[in-house]
Amino acid sequence: MNLLGKLNWSAIPFDQPIIMVASALMILAVVVALSWVTRKGYWPYLWREWLTSVDHKRIGVMYCVLALIMLLRGFTDAIMMRSQQALAAGGAQGYLPPEHFDQIFSAHGTIMIFFMAMPFMIGLMNFALPLQLGVRDVAFPTLNQVSLWLTASGILLTNMSLAVGEFAKTGWVAYPPLSELQFSPGVGVDYYLWALQISGIGTLLTGINFVATILKMRAPGMSYMRMPVFCWTALATNLLIVAAFPVLTATFAMLLLDRYLDFHFFTVDGQGNQMMYVNLFWVWGHPEVYILILPAFGIFSEVISTFSGKPLFGYRSMVAATMAICILSFLVWLHHFFTMGAGADVNGFFGVMTMIIAVPTGVKVFNWLFTMWGGRVRFTVPVLWSLGFMVTFVIGGMTGVLMAVPPADFQLHNSLFLVAHFHNVIIGGTVFGAMAGYNYWFPKAFGFKLDERWGKASFWCWLIGFYLAFMPLYVLGLLGMTRRMQHYDDLSWQPWMLVAAVGALVILAGIVCQIVQLVVSIRAREQHRDVTGDPWNGRTLEWSTASPPPAWNFAVLPYVAETDTYWSWKQRVLSNQHQPAQRPEYESIEMPKNSATGFVTAFFAVVTGFALIWHIWWMAGFGVFGAFVTILVFAFRDGEEIEIPATQIAQFDRGHQAEVAL
Amino acid sequence: MNVAVAVYDVEHEALSGVSEAGPAPKRIVVAYGFWIFLLSDIVMFSALFAAYAVLVRSTAGGPNGAELFNQASAALETACLLASSYTCGLMSLAASSRRRVGTYLGAVVTFALGAAFLALEIREFADMIAHGATPQRSAFLSAFFTLVGCHGLHVAVGLIWLTVMMAQVAIKGFRASVQRRLLCFSLFWHALDIIWVGLFTVVYLMGVAP
Repeated sequence: MNLLGKLNWSAIPFDQPIIMVASALMILAVVVALSWVTRKGYWPYLWREWLTSVDHKRIGVMYCVLALIMLLRGFTDAIMMRSQQALAAGGAQGYLPPEHFDQIFSAHGTIMIFFMAMPFMIGLMNFALPLQLGVRDVAFPTLNQVSLWLTASGILLTNMSLAVGEFAKTGWVAYPPLSELQFSPGVGVDYYLWALQISGIGTLLTGINFVATILKMRAPGMSYMRMPVFCWTALATNLLIVAAFPVLTATFAMLLLDRYLDFHFFTVDGQGNQMMYVNLFWVWGHPEVYILILPAFGIFSEVISTFSGKPLFGYRSMVAATMAICILSFLVWLHHFFTMGAGADVNGFFGVMTMIIAVPTGVKVFNWLFTMWGGRVRFTVPVLWSLGFMVTFVIGGMTGVLMAVPPADFQLHNSLFLVAHFHNVIIGGTVFGAMAGYNYWFPKAFGFKLDERWGKASFWCWLIGFYLAFMPLYVLGLLGMTRRMQHYDDLSWQPWMLVAAVGALVILAGIVCQIVQLVVSIRAREQHRDVTGDPWNGRTLEWSTASPPPAWNFAVLPYVAETDTYWSWKQRVLSNQHQPAQRPEYESIEMPKNSATGFVTAFFAVVTGFALIWHIWWMAGFGVFGAFVTILVFAFRDGEEIEIPATQIAQFDRGHQAEVAL
Repeated sequence: MNVAVAVYDVEHEALSGVSEAGPAPKRIVVAYGFWIFLLSDIVMFSALFAAYAVLVRSTAGGPNGAELFNQASAALETACLLASSYTCGLMSLAASSRRRVGTYLGAVVTFALGAAFLALEIREFADMIAHGATPQRSAFLSAFFTLVGCHGLHVAVGLIWLTVMMAQVAIKGFRASVQRRLLCFSLFWHALDIIWVGLFTVVYLMGVAP
């Protein structure tokens, strides 16, 4: 019996200099980071305050950190693709061989969607939701931690594939029969599948957790129609996660059974059905794009309303539009493959549904415009991102409606026009939204603002870079260039590709500006310090507590009598209708204890995933057993909570009040 | 307060109070969260049901359901599972009135019936495999083994969970957290029944129709 399964020295691609250098750099970066932490003696602090934390704010920050790191990783892939396609025209082959290029576009899509966009949105929801709802934590704090670390496990596995073995060469959708064992005999597809199964469990648990939080854990008085719009969009997002991710899990399970046990769900032989995979994949996949964009819509709503100094225009229509999108998103999946040949009736239905889903989105855009109308708009960095979003997203939405027309889609299917379209909505929507949220809530998380000048520079680089990088792709798509080409013969395409490559470099400048912004802001944090907890003159409850908020968020649970509660409180104080506050009755608070459960479970998840990828069966058994024991230990623990005494809460709260008064 | 809510208040004062009452007690939150998990689990099964429905005629020249399924055995499995749901209900009643013996007794019978169900299912699978009807034979059989096997896997996990819960009752007694978990377990066990009813209908009844 082979103790290491399929794993041997040939798994490491020593003959591929680009991969070896990239792996070496990645390993070096990790080693440098770990040794810096060790030398500074930060491990106890890191373990106690972050790695074992069950505080939703800390977990949210860690999600965002993961997302930002994965942005760099995914963007490196993007730069490589752009430079390869700028070079490899006519007889030239560029510098990336096809089997490497195929891995790069697969990894780029997988990382950007699952490990950048989703963790960023989930991180921001984690951070802001309980604060906006006026409660002390999410419904299941330890489960929340498990979600985070399972996501991290998926990220680790995906990045391990760079150095040990290979990643999928199938594109991020991994359609069979290409992704079946017969045509992809390597471990690449297995890395893809297990990484996404493990992180998918984490995402599902997040969805369950947040739905329960929003529906069952709100401050007294906060009825549904008093929730901030971000809570509504988060509710829709998490309902979509709960309803869509299990389908992805089932679909990947079927593909895994095909690959590992010779089943015939999607194979060419045994009467398997490949198009069933494509259907099931997009039954998850279309809700997924709304999982990515709806939280961003919520962020823009908060930002626009706050910085216009006005309540959101059409709150009720915004809620209705959000929930309409939530339902309609399950009725459009077939537009991803009109070319399947389902016939005119079916294609017609899905084409019309796709056009209909643009209507609630249009409602939202008008609501944002009317919110700004007559307001005194402060052009801060989050507002710039929001304005950039509105222009860019409308363009992306319109090209989407173009492709919703089945005959047009037959021409544009799998062309660069499609690539331009979905980058137009994902970058213009989700990424811009994430950046707006990052700039908006950063002072709440850390107590100081991010530098405005570098933030603005970053925004303009991203915006200009985006248009330079993706508008040429629309043209190339119309000229007939398909996606995922390692090289092409038509020299007339090359100038457009060169412009797109320049655009990618401008976006790179934007990313560099963001890193500089972060470094500059941390260094000058005393100048950027905000002691009031309300740096933007905010409207919702998260701005009513200190920055950074204490572990218990609110010393006394707020009572909510209207939307934009905090704004109303401030108005009442300003108009002197405010009753002089009585000293609140501080009570001691039960908070959940720190726990290593998430971290340890994730360790065993990585062990299991790695073992299954390489067919090391004993190790897979060990990993599953380890995870089971971890859960047992958690289930049998005593003393689940610690009590924070009232005096400590009172002391902190009075300190904060005194600082605000200054 | 706006008009719509005010009207609502008059007509259903208690109901409106619920949405404004502040964070729900932990027992409610836990059960509610577990319900949502069960819904997600049912969504996963719905994908497997859909796959089965698509592939049910893709027998690749191999045997079909009418030739394979033994309805007597499936009926016996159904009886075991439904009876186990009843005994699980008895266990819940005993647990909520903190009667140890009743809880253990209910759990033992539930476990035995669940194990009998699993044994019957495994015998059915082994029979089919012995006659060459393996999941590798055709897309139909792949879908059959996955759908029914996934339910069986859930039952197996339920049995392990039940064992752990009895250990918890023995060691920790009927404290609030144990009570909450017993509640979740019984929700899980009844949900498996619901899925089995769908499975029995779609696979074993419709499968033998000409």
